[in-house]
Amino acid sequence: MQVPKLFQTSTFRLVLVNLVVFGVSMVLPFGFVYTSTVGSLDSETNAAIVAEIKGLADEYQRFGRAGLIEAVTDRSDDQGDKDAIYFLADANLRPLAGNLSIWPTDTAANGQWIEFTIDKVGNEESTPHRVRAQVLRLPDGAVLLVGRDIHERQLVQRRITEALGWALALTLVLCLTGGVLMSRYMLRRVDAITHTSRMIVDGTLSRRMPIRGSGDEFDRLSENLNLMLDQIEHLMTSMRTVTDSIAHDLRGPLTHLKGQIELALRGAPDTRSYRSALEHAVFETDRILSIFNALIEMAKAESGIGRTEMAALDLGVVAADVVDLYEPVAEERGLEVRAEIGTGAMILGNRQLLALAVANLLDNAIKYTPPGGAVSLSVEMDARAVRLVVGDSGPGIAPADRGRVLERFVRIGPDPAVPGSGLGLSLVAAVARLHRGTLELGDNGPGLRVTILFPKGPPPVKTAESIAHGEPALAEPAGAKA
Amino acid sequence: MRILVIEDDAQTALYLRKGLEEGGYIVDWTGDGRDGLFMAASERYDLVVVDRMLPNADGLSIIKVLRSQGIRTPILVLSALGQVDDRVRGLEAGADDYLVKPYAFSELMARVEALLRRGSATAPDTMLRVGDLEMNLLARTVTRGGHSIELKPREFRLLEYLMRHADQVVTRTMLLEAVWDYHFDPQTNVIDVHISRLRQKIDKGFRNPLLHTVRGAGYSLRASS
Repeated sequence: MQVPKLFQTSTFRLVLVNLVVFGVSMVLPFGFVYTSTVGSLDSETNAAIVAEIKGLADEYQRFGRAGLIEAVTDRSDDQGDKDAIYFLADANLRPLAGNLSIWPTDTAANGQWIEFTIDKVGNEESTPHRVRAQVLRLPDGAVLLVGRDIHERQLVQRRITEALGWALALTLVLCLTGGVLMSRYMLRRVDAITHTSRMIVDGTLSRRMPIRGSGDEFDRLSENLNLMLDQIEHLMTSMRTVTDSIAHDLRGPLTHLKGQIELALRGAPDTRSYRSALEHAVFETDRILSIFNALIEMAKAESGIGRTEMAALDLGVVAADVVDLYEPVAEERGLEVRAEIGTGAMILGNRQLLALAVANLLDNAIKYTPPGGAVSLSVEMDARAVRLVVGDSGPGIAPADRGRVLERFVRIGPDPAVPGSGLGLSLVAAVARLHRGTLELGDNGPGLRVTILFPKGPPPVKTAESIAHGEPALAEPAGAKA
Repeated sequence: MRILVIEDDAQTALYLRKGLEEGGYIVDWTGDGRDGLFMAASERYDLVVVDRMLPNADGLSIIKVLRSQGIRTPILVLSALGQVDDRVRGLEAGADDYLVKPYAFSELMARVEALLRRGSATAPDTMLRVGDLEMNLLARTVTRGGHSIELKPREFRLLEYLMRHADQVVTRTMLLEAVWDYHFDPQTNVIDVHISRLRQKIDKGFRNPLLHTVRGAGYSLRASS
């Protein structure tokens, strides 16, 4: 893993922010510990010095310089506080009493706090000890210095500071290491996804994001990306199929059209033959347009998922309207139409596309059923689904061909003279898919039975009529013939 | 009758102009959206035919601007965008009709004529009359020569549309859109069957047929032959 990339990751930046926050929140309690130990030692020392100076000043008031000298000499005795330092000097800083031999600093202002170093002779070794002291100038010009050896205190102070420092450093190091490891882990997961998507961008659309199976956020991300990729792949495949179909099925009629025109041009320049060629050409063009329109409708249905406007509608009403449109056509062909349409078959759908699908089914049923037969349409619903069934008493489709007939441009009719583009059922299948429905081809004994199961939509708005009739009631079959 | 054609494809425009001029209309043409908007707003036209995709201003914005300025000239949109949602968007913008390319010229002419006639429509009718055929829109009854004619609801609507567009050519697509509200093309000519049934009811037994087939275009309801 390249180092710069690591520093660019958001995880790492997060770790750094965390580090700062953590550091500050460590420094605050550490500071508190520091001031409450080292700080209080300082102020204790100061208080002791101030108290002592006050005491000695009282001594001076009462007994004068001689009394003070005696008191200082007494206190600097070895028996007293070993850390206490006293020094009484005259106006010229010549020693009068105390346990120091010379005045330790240059200045001797009244009330001034000073710090200096003395050599303390311990066990045959002299070590430099730090002393903190305050100066008092007496009215007769003498100068009194009272101090404390703060060597011990400084050792404690240093130890605490060091301990705190190490703790802080250790915390930061751990924090940083953890952060680096964490971001490396995250980065590796993200890298895997990036790598895969790179490959997909480069053309391997069949690749999928790696899934570890732990069900964590990355797995969920990968799963969702994979779902998205499935969808994209499906759309691309269907688009490719449409393109192929257009190329395949428009090239034929277009070639035919061109041939007819060329033939007419090569023939005798005769108005009547020109006219007949032009009429042929218009007919052929209309056929091309109808194939083209069907292809567009299908592409729309197939790619329309999430784009087509869907509304809650009663499939029964949609179907009844189409039955109404096709019924006279069926009767013209000597077919009986049986419609059983239940009320309140609510689904979420697009009226135009659903009507187109039902129209195609009825169109097929009517085209392929010989006169004297029957065409039936029913819309039923149960607790979960709405079922649309269109049946006929025609030749049906052999089970082996049922899968194939849903593909584009496949026609299995016994009579090739029956007009049609061969797009009907595949268009119906596309509309069913768009509505999350399933299409099934079955035997109507005899004939073909097409069943589409739609997931049930929102409940219908109850009308007084539907309540009065009780549900689910069968509506007056719209335009049905008994 | 003056018609403004806003269409950027020169060949389509030529075809449109030629056809409309042969139909007896005076045609102005521009290929630019902004010019078209200017012309439609500043001059009096009886109809504007506008393409959806144009340079410098798209068809829908032209319609919206015209409508917002209170210009009520009928507008027919021609578009290669034929999806239902596109059509809805066009009509919502204020267009009066929407025709998807490619179209048959007879289809265009029928719609142009329907729009031009509609411009002169007056108050809502309660009675429609074509020859001796009468339709009472309130009582929802139809009589011809005093004889009552029984019609199913859909047949009534079909006849109503034909009567409202009497003496005009009405195409199958127009009927499918107006009477059934379907914007797709059924493979079988279902409309023909409905028309022949209606013809049975209103013309059978009468000397002068009212419902005529116009070859290559559609149908026309008219009193004189």
